Formats: sequence, C-alpha cells, structure tokens
Amino acid sequence: MESVFGLVGKDFAIVVADSSAVHSILVHKTNEDKIMVLDSHKLMGASGETGDRAQFTEYIQKNVALYQFRNGIPLTTSATANFTRGELATALRKNPYMVNIILAGYDKETGPSLYYIDYIASLHKLDKAAFGYGSYFALSMMDRHYRKDMTVEEAIELVDKCIVEIRSRLVVAPPNFVIKIVDKDGAREYAWRQSIKDGEVLAA
Amino acid sequence: MSIFEYNGSALVAMVGKNCFAIASDRRLGVQLQTVATDFQRIFKIHGKLFIGLSGLASDAQTLYQRLVFRHKLYELREERDMKPETFASLVSAILYEKRFGPYFIQPVIAGLGDEDKPFICTMDSIGAKELAKDFVVAGTASESLYGACESMFKPDMEAEELFETISQALLSSVDRDCLSGWGGHVYLVTPTEVTERILKGRMD
Repeated sequence: MESVFGLVGKDFAIVVADSSAVHSILVHKTNEDKIMVLDSHKLMGASGETGDRAQFTEYIQKNVALYQFRNGIPLTTSATANFTRGELATALRKNPYMVNIILAGYDKETGPSLYYIDYIASLHKLDKAAFGYGSYFALSMMDRHYRKDMTVEEAIELVDKCIVEIRSRLVVAPPNFVIKIVDKDGAREYAWRQSIKDGEVLAA
Repeated sequence: MSIFEYNGSALVAMVGKNCFAIASDRRLGVQLQTVATDFQRIFKIHGKLFIGLSGLASDAQTLYQRLVFRHKLYELREERDMKPETFASLVSAILYEKRFGPYFIQPVIAGLGDEDKPFICTMDSIGAKELAKDFVVAGTASESLYGACESMFKPDMEAEELFETISQALLSSVDRDCLSGWGGHVYLVTPTEVTERILKGRMD
C-alpha cells in the first residue's frame, strides 16, 4: 500500500512519497514519481488507485495552469486545495476518484501550507499529514519529533527517521522514496532515498 | 462501521435564559486513526444563527458551502438575515432533496429568533426536524450526550452557568466515546455578544 506524507517547516513544506508501482504481488517499477509539481510553487503528492492518481493529478495540474493563463496570476494554495476538494466531491457520488492527496504550497503572503485531502473529499489544513499503511509509523514519528519552524536539515532528519521506521516495520515496505520541497524559490525535487535501484542486474 | 461513524463527531446545543450555547468536539479521524485535533464543526451563518454538522466530514463541508450560498442569496434578495426557523426548514428541504442518496450528516441548528427568543433543533440525515425546548444532541457520542444533558440541564440558566453546564456535558460524554474528543469548541450566544471558547479535555 502506498505511503505519502508531508510536513511544514519554517519557510518551506516537504512532501515524501514511496516510489513503487505495484499490481497485486508484482512490482512493476521502483522509481515511480507520485508527487506532481502543479506549478512553480505547489506540490501534490498522491496515493491510491494508479490510473486515478495519474489522471486526477494531471487534471488538477492542467486546470491550475489554465487559471493562470486566463487570469494572469497563479492560484493560491488554499484555492487549489478547495478546487481539488470540489472536483473530488462532485465525482464522489458518480464516479469516485480513489486518490488521497497531500497538497503543499508556498504563497508569498501566507508562507508555506499543507492540505490533507481524503479520497472522500474531506479537506483539512495541517502541519503534518500522512496516508497509507506507512502513516501509522510516519505520524507517530512526527508526533514525537515535529516542532514548529524546523529548518530544512531538521525536517529532512525527521523525514529520514520516518522512512527508516516504514522500511523496518512495514511487512511490504516500499524500498524507495522521493522527497520534494517547496519554498520561496519554488517547488523542486530534493532527494531520492533508494535501497533498490531499478535496472540493477544481479550477478549470477 | 457505519458511514456516519467514519470521521467521529459530537455536537450539543442548549437553551438558556435569552441565550443559547452550541458546542462540538474537535477531533477529525479516519476510523481508528486521528488526523486532526482542531477540526471545525460549528459554523456561523449570521450573527445570531449557528449550525453544527456531525457525521461525514466531506458532506459537512459540501453542505456548509451550499447553505452559505443559499443564505447569502437570501440576504441579497430579502435584505435581512434568515430567521432560525426558516433556516431549519431550508436545511430540511435540502436534505430531503437527496432522499435516495443522502448526505451522511446530522445537523444541529441554534439561533436567536424574533425578540431574541432562543431556537434549537436537530434533524436526521433526510431532514426530519426535531424541535426541542431544552437541548439537542448529535454525533457518535449522542447517547452519552443525551444522558449527560438530561441530568445536568436546568431551564432558564444564565449565560455563564449555561456555558459551564454544556461544557461539562460535552466533556464527560466524549470521554466515553473513542471517536470524538480532543477538546471542545463552545459558542455562547446572547442578544448582545457571541463568545467562542476552546475547552481542554482529555487529549485522547
């Protein structure tokens, strides 16, 4: 089951997701990027049904871009979160998207923010959030070690603690994780944490 | 587990002497996991009308947005605020519209009507109104709340005594319910002022 988690630091927000694409007992790939960069200052980490995840995050990304083209200014993180919730809520009783979302963004006026959006369209603004089986470990580690206004180094240390817990305590633990960060300089990939590299050929 | 118990909630409203109080818990959960401890369940419609929405958080957010929309239109057309009795009928009608695919919520409405007479009511998920002269309850902790309110309530309490009574009833009831709690949110409304207070209870 896919793990996505995120937290807010001093002037930044971080989203972490596992990177395995799994179908039943088969691992298709171990370097799948599940954190969509919506625009210059927004990240959307998603977990859930593979097709729904890819389609829905792309749909939101294109609508965010459309708003910017039409209106000349980018959407705020809060507006994006509410738009996403609206789309999920409208589809809920027709053709639900089975996607859980962690939306992180940086706005000049309000700073960094993180939104938790459930697959049944419950929206809540939080400082730390997690989805999936990994959430049981990630949330506990964050409850213990998280403080307001952490630096990037401290936050990454906490992220690594969470990843170590997930790897050691979850029976079907995903081997690889991707970490993305968003701050005043924009949204970008920060690092990968890989214990299995795709394409590795084992010697006989 | 029932869909009404997915997120967990506790709501109570009580009538006093020319005043009312409406209180809720603050937990947002996903079945056994707690996601947030600062979730807002009670919303202001206008200065003398509040609605609390218990049940599925996603539907509570959707319904709240629809109700605010309807009330703002009413205010533009009628150039006055809606009376609580009228608003209750509006909520009932909106819920019955979805009779065969309902919103999974139970609202609690509290307001000051003509001549600042306190009005409280609750309804089920398809809009069956239940008016009361003393108190109304809703949510996963409703059975405990009925017991606590029945024993603690006295008619014609002044504002401060009403606040104490509703707070004690709420905290003791949510302590017996694992799906609600993590503090309380109490709004005390008199003809001249609205007081919002946060309660600290057992944080589990």
